[in-house]
Formats: sequence, C-alpha cells, structure tokens
Amino acid sequence: MTGLRVLPVGERGLLIECDSGEQAEALHAELLRRAARDELPPVAEIVPADRTVLLDGLDDPAARAALAAGLPRWEIPQPDGGGARTVVVPVRYDGPDLAEVARLWGVAPREVVRIHTGTGFRVAFCGFAPGFGYLRGLPERYRVPRRDTPRTRVPAGSVALAGPYTGVYPRPTPGGWQLIGTTDAVLWDPERTPAALFTPGTLVRFTEVAEEAPC
Amino acid sequence: MLTVVRAGALTTVQDLGRTGYAHLGVPRGGALDQRAHRLANRLVGNPEEAATLETTLTGCAVRAGRAVVAAVTGAPCPVTVDGRPAAWGRALRIPAGAVLELGTAVYGVRSYLAVAGGVAVPPVLGSRSTDVLSGTGPAPLAEGARLPLGTPPPAPPVAVDAVPHPGPVRELVLPLVPGPRDDWFAPEALRALAAGGFRVSAAGNRIGLRTEGPALERVREGELPSEGMVLGAVQVPPDGRPVLFLADHPTTGGYPVIGVVPARCLDSAAQTRPGTRVRFVLRG
Repeated sequence: MTGLRVLPVGERGLLIECDSGEQAEALHAELLRRAARDELPPVAEIVPADRTVLLDGLDDPAARAALAAGLPRWEIPQPDGGGARTVVVPVRYDGPDLAEVARLWGVAPREVVRIHTGTGFRVAFCGFAPGFGYLRGLPERYRVPRRDTPRTRVPAGSVALAGPYTGVYPRPTPGGWQLIGTTDAVLWDPERTPAALFTPGTLVRFTEVAEEAPC
Repeated sequence: MLTVVRAGALTTVQDLGRTGYAHLGVPRGGALDQRAHRLANRLVGNPEEAATLETTLTGCAVRAGRAVVAAVTGAPCPVTVDGRPAAWGRALRIPAGAVLELGTAVYGVRSYLAVAGGVAVPPVLGSRSTDVLSGTGPAPLAEGARLPLGTPPPAPPVAVDAVPHPGPVRELVLPLVPGPRDDWFAPEALRALAAGGFRVSAAGNRIGLRTEGPALERVREGELPSEGMVLGAVQVPPDGRPVLFLADHPTTGGYPVIGVVPARCLDSAAQTRPGTRVRFVLRG
C-alpha cells in the first residue's frame, strides 16, 4: 500500500496516516485481521479516525520499531464488506435542519429522505461520545457544513449530518451537526455486547418510519 | 457500605481505568495519581486494581456501616475519625458507624481513600471509574449516596511506620516526546515548551491540565482531520495554550498534538496546583 506515513506517538504509540478515509478504513480492517491472527505485537487500543489509525499501548519498544518499519510495505486489501455486521436504523425524518439540508443539497426535503434512505453507510470511526459513529457513504456533493451556532442540547437519537458524515447522537449533548431526523434505536448501552450499535466497520442503512399521528 | 456525609468539591470512584474501548469513543478514566491510588490499596491489603475514592482539594467525609480498615494517600490532608485526628498514609481501623473525614489538602490536589475490600459499585466495561467526560461509570459522590464495599482481603494490611510523600510540586517538570504533529508548529514552539514560561491554569480538570502562558505559534493553518488521542498528549487548541490530556481525555481530537508526556510521568501533574510553573524536557 502506498502513502502510509507512520508517526511515533510518545513512547508507546504509532499514528498511521493514510491518503484517504477509505484507505484508513481498509488499514483498520487489516489491523483487526492481523490482531485476530496474533500477527500484531500486543496493543491496548486500535483507534481508527478520519484519515488515521492510532495504535496505543505498544509496550515493547523493539516490536514497535519493527511494526513501524514494516507497515509501509503491507499489502492491504480493500474491504469487501463480507462478514461485516449490518444494522438497520428506523428514522422519523422530522429534524429541524431538514429544510436547510435540502437547500444546501438543492433538492426538496422529501428528496433528502429518499437519498439518505437509499444510501449504504459504513461506520468509519467513533468519537466525540461513547457510541457516536462517523458514517461514510454519502457522495461528496452532499457534504454540509456544521451549524454556525452549535445547539446547547441535541436530543438523544438525533440523526445528523456534518462534513461528509452522518451520525446519531447517543445521548443528549451540545452539538453543531445539522439535524435531519430522530430514531428510537439505542446507540449506546454498556450492558450490551457490543455496547455500541455503531462499531467501526459496521454497515448501516436508515429506513423511514412515519411520524406518529397526533392524539 | 459507606454513606457519604460530605461529598467535597469533586469526589469520584476510581480504579486503574478501562482500556480497550477507545475505538468506541470511551475514555480510559482511572485514578489521576496512579501511584497514590496503588499505595492506598496496598496499605489496606487490597489488590492495586480495587476502586478507591479520589477527592479534589476539599476532601470528603464518609460514614462506615461496619468496622473497616482504610487508608488515605495522595495530597496530604488532615484525617479525622469521629473528629479525632488520625494518620495520613497508614492503615486505620474505623469502627462501625464512625465518620472518616479527609480535610482540605495541605498541598497537592487529589487525595485517595482506600477501604479494605474496595468500593464495589458495579463495574461498567470492566472498570468502576467515573469518567467525567462521557459520564461512564458511577456519578460523582453526592451527600447521602451509599457505596457498597467488597469483601476485605484475608491478608492483613501492610505494616509501615511512615509513607514518604513527594512533597509539593514547586515546578511541574515533564518529559515530552515531540510529535506526532510537531511539524505544525514553528521551531520556537518546542523551545518555548522547554523554556518553561507556562503556568497551570485553574481551568483544568480530570480531562486535561490547562496552561497559561505564551501562545505556541503554528506554521500550518487549517483543521487537522480528527485523529486518535493518547493519555499524556499535549494538544494545542487555536488559542495556542497547550492542554495536557489526563485520564478522561477525549479519544479523538482535531487539534494538533505537539508532543506526548509518558503516562508514567503524569502522577505529579495530577497534584499540581493552579499557578505552578510548567516546564517540558524534550526527549529524542
């Protein structure tokens, strides 16, 4: 694989920088594959992010140096999605920013729903809060900015867009993403295995559920 | 069972933290002064991973539901049992119904209270630690809260005459391994870190030690795509004032990390009061 840059992080970490997010996803899948086959030195954390994968807790300096030297020569297959966990998330597309997203995309609000439910997403990485996944899948032309003024409280279950990503807020938090809908799906439950509905590599589809009729 | 009589400014349950969940966005948590936490446990005969209480500056008070063995370490503070002075840094026998109080720290920030058997709140993802960033683990202590205790270990508490403590941190000196994003900064930035013109800010917490001082100058503008963060990372937000990540740090972040302080060197950072000078010693 070309374009991998390996940067030391402190005494025990390596940050592997890729050319693209897709390449980082493929590298992450390969690291998990090698870890499962005991082909990696013991490592405490494997943390994918936007364009990087962090390995933390490589306690053996010689093993860390050998890994850093070898990584740029790895053959890394593109993941074909085979064996990946798939989850379906029912959504009420009732978000306060749906009209703004439609305007940014240059389409009608109904078309936003059609495009979003018609897209196959992958969880690229998690961060921000436990169980908050950054989902890739929307074409580049549907990239949207964060809101100029973040909301002080975004309700749990809010389905939101920012940059190239879709995300779902696991619990109420401040947030600056554009809210397009709401789900009752439980994104985070530490009693469950896995605790996160969205783990890196999970395939996700959103489906539309009708708004509840007022009583 | 312990009943909280006085919660203090911020008292949390802490152990060695939860590793292996950073990829789900879960911070590690765990005692900020690991050495003091481990010592408190050893003094009462606990394994080092048993959960202790970590106080912040103003201590706390708890009532013991049964006779227990307890020890206080970390930031030195007045210790009393039902109002009578007791020893810091050694095993104490607390009668059933007595109130054990940790007063305001004489110096340092965080004291640790270990009780034989450990604080036995249910673990979440393998740890009993409160992580204040994500809210994982038990809530910070509140008056009237009741904390279950584990079965006391069969081994008798370690007998010691005196536990040494490091003394107040007059200047926080931290080794720093440059990178991974030191190339985002002017060469003067690393020199400024080594020159020690920074002081600990009062705005710090379990997430990070914040600093006040000269703004570090960047040579690259723009945002860094969000990337994984490690314990001890020195992250530089747009205002140029470095933040040293402690146990409850976010798992990913988009500000460049100019260098990393080895995790084993962070105990003193957890005990450094606002206003104290900070200096970094660059490692190759």
